[in-house]
Amino acid sequence: MSEGTLYDKVWDRHRVTTLPTGQDQLFVGLHLIHEVTSPQAFGMLRERDLEVAYPELTHATVDHIVPTADQSRPYEEDAAEEMMAELEANVREAGIDFSDPDSGDQGIVHVIGPEQGLTQPGKTIVCGDSHTSTHGAFGALAFGIGTSQIRDVLATGTVAMEKQQVRKIQVDGELGEGVEAKDVILEIIRRLGTEGGVGYVYEYAGSAIEDLGMEGRMSICNMSIEGGARAGYVNPDETTYEWLEETDYFQDPERFEELKPYWESIRSDEDAEYDDVVTIDADDLEPVVTWGTTPGQGIGITEPIPAPEELPADKQETARRAQEHMRVEPGETMAGYGIDVAFLGSCTNARLPDLRRAARIVEGREVHDDVRAMVVPGSQRVQEAAEQEGLKAVFEEAGFDWRNAGCSMCLGMNEDQLEGDEACASSSNRNFVGRQGSKDGRTVLMNPRMVAAAAITGEVTDVRDLPETEVTA
Amino acid sequence: MAGEDDEIDIPAVDSVSGSGIPIQGNDIDTDQIIPARFMKVVTFDGLGEFAFFDQRFTEDDDLKAHPMNEDRFQDSSIMVVNSNFGCGSSREHAPQALLRWGIDALIGESFAEIFAGNCLALGIPTVTADAETIAEIQDWVDEHPDGDLEIDVAAEQVTYGETTVAVTVDDAQRKALVEGVWDTTALMKSNAGEVRETAADLPYVESDRISDAAD
Ligand code: SF4
Repeated sequence: MSEGTLYDKVWDRHRVTTLPTGQDQLFVGLHLIHEVTSPQAFGMLRERDLEVAYPELTHATVDHIVPTADQSRPYEEDAAEEMMAELEANVREAGIDFSDPDSGDQGIVHVIGPEQGLTQPGKTIVCGDSHTSTHGAFGALAFGIGTSQIRDVLATGTVAMEKQQVRKIQVDGELGEGVEAKDVILEIIRRLGTEGGVGYVYEYAGSAIEDLGMEGRMSICNMSIEGGARAGYVNPDETTYEWLEETDYFQDPERFEELKPYWESIRSDEDAEYDDVVTIDADDLEPVVTWGTTPGQGIGITEPIPAPEELPADKQETARRAQEHMRVEPGETMAGYGIDVAFLGSCTNARLPDLRRAARIVEGREVHDDVRAMVVPGSQRVQEAAEQEGLKAVFEEAGFDWRNAGCSMCLGMNEDQLEGDEACASSSNRNFVGRQGSKDGRTVLMNPRMVAAAAITGEVTDVRDLPETEVTA
Repeated sequence: MAGEDDEIDIPAVDSVSGSGIPIQGNDIDTDQIIPARFMKVVTFDGLGEFAFFDQRFTEDDDLKAHPMNEDRFQDSSIMVVNSNFGCGSSREHAPQALLRWGIDALIGESFAEIFAGNCLALGIPTVTADAETIAEIQDWVDEHPDGDLEIDVAAEQVTYGETTVAVTVDDAQRKALVEGVWDTTALMKSNAGEVRETAADLPYVESDRISDAAD
């Protein structure tokens, strides 16, 4: 069993008691809620005549169903309007803060928590959403929960959990040109498998992780769940503190100084014990794209797609079906794979630096004639900042559609969806069949710059090969 | 203030029996179990008919070949699956849809954690066995669509026909089901005092935020 890790320390500080089931009852420091998974939990609460125990430690936003074009109320789609109205009624009744679209603070739940300083080191953070692991980038212990657990948290401020093992993923070295945090995590998932992390929490460490800004760390922690790990984290450091100081919550510097000793105290000890350690050499990485229909089916952009027979026995059938669905052939690389849609968005890669890097690729170029390309900022704040620094103009001039903040085509619950068998270059986190709204749709996951490059060329493209001179402006 | 002792009777789930339905394939994610477009609901009530929808119906709503469309499996209540079942999105809509379709328990090679946790919160056991055993059970179910399987949660055994095999039930899950303590809301609510003490010890929780927490 691990000892002296951030996970152990934060767990211990939040453990209320051990339940008769053997699970621990953990205090929840921040409960984030959104419109899709919370209404049923509020319903269960009402059925039992219970109240929200800690409304002030709860924060709501709307992201999954919110339209990204016309946001005037009532929403055009009745089901979306109903969900939104339900959330509004619930938060009003319970007295829960709500970053609604009129606030200027609305956005994807995993983007707004860090922005507002709600996400902090050493907090336990839960949300009815598997990508809650994102918040681990700040050294929080953050994990997704199901609706019955949301009910538990609303009613008691706690959640019942079993302690897991800790795997340290040590990424040393330097990321090469065109290689990003997204590629690191796609590589990890590809190596360890989509279930490799089951039973584990991932601690990401090493010089390549330390060199990343908070946004990159968030991209990595975000996809811990795609690797089967329910949570992932990075120990807090100066980069973390610099981010926190800028947030709303820490506008009072005294509060910052008050909490800093706690943050320092929960860092993993130098001699902490881990249940497993995996090392990855950052120097070896290249941009990774997926060729299949699980996030583990990834490949370096210059590497050939594996033949199913080359894979472990239990992966072969899935691989065969995936290759049929994606219409890819073993032996080929993914470069040159034609795409119809480019989606730059989601809680993995729709923060300001993501948009900036993609804009640099797009600048002075034009979206390919056969591609519809869209940018969906992760939050209204990202959107506003991007507009102010001229990124919106860059994207629009190139032919991208610039939309309002939300989950959008990451999961196709609003009007932004793939149609028919369209292929999509996507900066999101899941390439499951049907994920982007069409069951014949084909998703290729990649980093934001690679999405930008694909939008321009109309095919999966090694962004490192995109000639600098092609600028037409 | 809400009732301190909400009297809900949590039934123990020592065993589940019923006929089986085999669903083959590894890494079946919750997007397949319930596509996101059916999640635009504020209650779980009507989800059963949408379980595995895109696997069961074509674009034009014609039936596809899928066990859940076969007459012989319409009364099945135990789903026999392969590895990493329920991976992906944490949506509880997935087990809710299966439950409402008629599934009371699952047997598989392995389950994604959040999915298994969501099942437990509904009193649905997710028991595991190795690939070979699962393949045998799937074959048996296919040949005996009306035959009963019995999952003995306490003894960690599954019996089908003349055969009894050992399965694994996660310790916490077994305890919770067998002792009828899987409804964690009731269980944890009774510790409200200790919860407040834990909160008071955490530097980041502002004290005025704990003082009036509802019991
Ligand atoms: S952006 Fe995608 S992955 Fe992130 S919360 Fe929204 S739907 Fe989930």
